[in-house]
Amino acid sequence: MNINATLIGEAIWFAVFIWITMKYVWPPLAKAMSDRQKLIADGLAAGERGKHELELAGKRSADALRDAKAKAAEIIAAAEKRGAQMVEEAKLAAKVEADKVVVAAKAEIAQQVEQARAELRGRVADLAVAGAEQILKREVDAKAHAEMLAALRQEL
Amino acid sequence: MASGEPLTSSAYIVHHLTNLTVGQGFWALHLDSLIVSGLLGLVAFVGMAMLARNATPGVPGKMQTFVEMLVSFIDQQVKDTYHGKSPLVTPMAITIFVWVLLMNSMDLIPVDFVPMLLGLAGVPYFKIVPTTDPNLTFGMSLSVFVVMIVMGFKVKGFGGFMHEVFTVPFGAKMAPVNLLFRLIEDIAKPISLSLRLFGNMYAGEMVFILIALLGLWQLPLALPWALFHILIITLQAFVFMMLTIVYLSMASESHG
Repeated sequence: MNINATLIGEAIWFAVFIWITMKYVWPPLAKAMSDRQKLIADGLAAGERGKHELELAGKRSADALRDAKAKAAEIIAAAEKRGAQMVEEAKLAAKVEADKVVVAAKAEIAQQVEQARAELRGRVADLAVAGAEQILKREVDAKAHAEMLAALRQEL
Repeated sequence: MASGEPLTSSAYIVHHLTNLTVGQGFWALHLDSLIVSGLLGLVAFVGMAMLARNATPGVPGKMQTFVEMLVSFIDQQVKDTYHGKSPLVTPMAITIFVWVLLMNSMDLIPVDFVPMLLGLAGVPYFKIVPTTDPNLTFGMSLSVFVVMIVMGFKVKGFGGFMHEVFTVPFGAKMAPVNLLFRLIEDIAKPISLSLRLFGNMYAGEMVFILIALLGLWQLPLALPWALFHILIITLQAFVFMMLTIVYLSMASESHG
């Protein structure tokens, strides 16, 4: 074991290497590592947040779906009700119209019957006169028989 | 192998355990230790610095992942043990672990490989494992010692430091005993730190050299010892780092 100036030389080397490590090796590596740690932590937090938001959105969409379904059912019910009402109204209107038509037809029929009756009366009178003319084969004083004819006409 | 000498076992061993030295007396320099440790350190730390400059907080590359794993493992050890605020401790721990690990790993290169190659180029001696040189281990442990003392003064202040030296563990009445205990404790730290690393690596290298002397039998023996030695290499690097952290945390926390 011979201790000599090599000891000083090695101490200088040691100091130089510590200096290099302290200045150029450790700080950038430590910074890179802590930065990466932060990056990963941020990423994980963002992932967690995204998951939470997805959950919320799922809940929201389920709510919206339920609301829409309820609203649709409501609309359908209203429409059905309105439809039934419209059918009912139409039925009523049709009935009124039909009654009107029936009444008009009846009135017309009665009028026609009356007219036909009047006509028939005239004809029968004529026929009777003609028949009497044929039977008597002589001139009949129309004026003299007018009273009798009028009475006959009344009888019919 | 130095040319012309008779090839005896002891000459072989001594040759392998001799440093490439320039100069005389205290001012002699072990060129092999200085060059190998310096090159390894420069490659490792300049490489890591270049990698760190391009480090991205996004998806890291394979190399960056590897270095980050190593560095954050060491940082975790520091965080578990050292609760002070000094920004020096983690870089120091990283430096110690990486550097010592690389220097210890030189032990896995076959013992004759580098000395023989350099011998052909006219270099008489070359000890490839810098951690088998006590100059290096003491250089490191004394640096740690200085940091430890400075940190103690900085954290506790001069008064607090002196108070601790004279009153722990037996109280103010036993001040001289406390001082003696403290001196022994603090002097033992750098010595045990450096001798532990040096002893382990020196002994490991010695076993490699002895195995290399066995001729053909070295083949089945060198491999298991190398495999086992991988454990020692890592363990010693880790222990040196861990004890440094512990000493620094002791220096920055009050004892009582």
